[in-house]
Amino acid sequence: MTAMTDPPNEGFRLSQLIYDTRYRSMTIQAVAFMLIMAGIIWLANNTVQNLSALGKDFDFGFLWSRAGYDINQRLIEYSNDSTHGRAAMVGIANTLLVAVLGCVLATLLGVIAGVLRLSKNWVVARLMTFYVEGFRNIPLLLWIIVIFAVMTESTPQPRDFREGGTASMILNDTVAITNRGIFIPNPVWGEGSGALIAIFLASLVGIWAFRRYARKLQEQTGQILPVLWVSLGLFFAPVILAYFILGRPVTLIYPELGGFNFTGGIQVRNSLIALWIALSLYTGAFIAEVVRAGILSVSRGQTEAAFALGIQPSRTMNLVILPQALRVIIPPLISQYLNLTKNSSLALAVGYMDVRSTLGGITINQTGRELEGMLLLGVFYLITSLIISSAMNLYNNSVKLKER
Amino acid sequence: MKKSVFLGTLAVAGLAAGFASAQTLAEVQARGSLNCGVTTGLTGFAAPNASGEWEGFDVGLCRAVAAAIFGDATAVEFVPTTGQTRFTALASGEVDMLARNTTWTFSRDVDLAFEFVGVNYYDGQGFMVPRALNVSSAMELDGATVCIQTGTTTELNLADFFSSNNMSYEPVPIETNAEAQQQYLAGACDVYTTDASGLAATRATFEDPSAHVVLPEIVSKEPLGPLVRHGDNEWADIVRWTLNALIAAEELGITSANVNELAAGTENPEINRILGTEGDLGAMLGLDAAWARNAIAAVGNYGELFESNIGENTPIGLARGLNAQWTDGGLLYSPPFR
Repeated sequence: MTAMTDPPNEGFRLSQLIYDTRYRSMTIQAVAFMLIMAGIIWLANNTVQNLSALGKDFDFGFLWSRAGYDINQRLIEYSNDSTHGRAAMVGIANTLLVAVLGCVLATLLGVIAGVLRLSKNWVVARLMTFYVEGFRNIPLLLWIIVIFAVMTESTPQPRDFREGGTASMILNDTVAITNRGIFIPNPVWGEGSGALIAIFLASLVGIWAFRRYARKLQEQTGQILPVLWVSLGLFFAPVILAYFILGRPVTLIYPELGGFNFTGGIQVRNSLIALWIALSLYTGAFIAEVVRAGILSVSRGQTEAAFALGIQPSRTMNLVILPQALRVIIPPLISQYLNLTKNSSLALAVGYMDVRSTLGGITINQTGRELEGMLLLGVFYLITSLIISSAMNLYNNSVKLKER
Repeated sequence: MKKSVFLGTLAVAGLAAGFASAQTLAEVQARGSLNCGVTTGLTGFAAPNASGEWEGFDVGLCRAVAAAIFGDATAVEFVPTTGQTRFTALASGEVDMLARNTTWTFSRDVDLAFEFVGVNYYDGQGFMVPRALNVSSAMELDGATVCIQTGTTTELNLADFFSSNNMSYEPVPIETNAEAQQQYLAGACDVYTTDASGLAATRATFEDPSAHVVLPEIVSKEPLGPLVRHGDNEWADIVRWTLNALIAAEELGITSANVNELAAGTENPEINRILGTEGDLGAMLGLDAAWARNAIAAVGNYGELFESNIGENTPIGLARGLNAQWTDGGLLYSPPFR
């Protein structure tokens, strides 16, 4: 007789699927999987059934047919003879333009407002609270429309700029602010401007190399170089020098009133400006809160320790507080960038021709391909968001706490 | 458990399939009111009045259909739709019919799978400019900024007109007529283009209509008419013949004032057939025998509807033009009621 007993070698019983912990989780997962699949199949089946009931097919061929409509703001070549696919690309370019501009301005506004909200100056802190709460708590669409309406109603029409009119151009007759947009001088890239651009790019590389060198030097010897002034110098001096040495290759064409409208300059349309400012102010308010939370998350002891070591307040911010605060700031900041990009689809409210207005608006309406168009739009926003968040995640990895 | 889920899924799928093939008339009757898609507001065609009730030329057609079905012209829910949302609203079943200044085109009829049941206004695209610009012809509009409603045929006509005349323009896309009006009056665009009737209706609401001119060029054919979904012919017949009844009523001299008198019986067999005193046209449509009589009593005949909403004695002041009866040299021609 042995004291050891083998576990009873019974066969597998069906009830084990529920009562045996080894199998239970598998069972739950399998059931959940089947339910989800059934749901998806039902949705797809329903779509197919209803499409056929409406006598519609599922076809992306419309993307290659002639669009027939015009788009006012085109970053890439487009005319009404181009295809619907091309119109979608124009819209995508416009969406990306306002998203990038918006993210930059929103970050600037947000950082400034977030830091100032912590200011010891009562008036400044209250003003920033007012800004943050005002923009955070009123729907974005209202802000877009309000800003657009103000710009349309309060600025002069182009015909007011005529002789004897009530309006005149500003900045030495180079810029005209009208209710159709702001007309700015248009640069003409003459001979030698390629070299100018190359020099500009080279000076950017120079700035980056110098900052790297300065950091290394500081880590090794403690000596601090005047990074800001050298960077600014490197940014402007070579380009300005080269501009004159190369014989002014870039000239400007100034906007002039001709016929119905200004011609010659670049028109920055009111719809773009209104959308850009509204998106930036709105998202900036959220970013301000993120920044404030990030700074507050760094314990006061850190500042005190830095001061005790005799580090100046501005360096304390740059070297002690911000690097630690960034770890808290970056992840929610990614969400804000994604929000801004997706919120840009409200562009239709002011007639800004983003991808929602071209592919998701006019194209759908002219071709009747709602399902296909909306699916493509969804895919576009999904891909864009994934690219933004993976790029920001790379940055996040570079600033996050490195455990050794 | 799995079995019940499966059965549930089947049941829901069956319901969805049932919905897709349901008859519109039965649905409308079960609901007790007609869902009619109209514009978000175009004076004379469809706009809420001071007391919040919808009125206008297109609204009249919705009311006539409701009167034909229920004998009650107020059994209508008006659903305001923009140029962009109208077709989706109709295709998805949110509205039963559209009476919304919608142009009958080949692709809308065939590819979008809608059924245009007739034309209630023969229109064409025009241009409106401020008189101060001293423009007398659309050919002088090179370089102009043009306000335009997106998702419309006017958008495509505009592109064709300017490119075929080698002119350039800057489109300002806009969602609704009200926004277009605001942009145009603020001077954010030099020109507003839409159907000529829409221009007249919009201009009538301006503070100083005489400061704006509608240019003489009409650059397109815009037959505007009511439409329904493809595939429900019985429902299309009801809307089509309600419109025809209004048109035929004008031709035969039936008005909202004398319809009840004529319904007692007349010498003219066609009037008798329309008003249901002879034959069974109403039953063929699946409606009451007095369907047309109710429609005409509620909104009047085509001519009355036109004159009271957009005619020459209204601020909009449109002439009958192409929209006169064929006997008066117009295009309105109802097939016989027989």
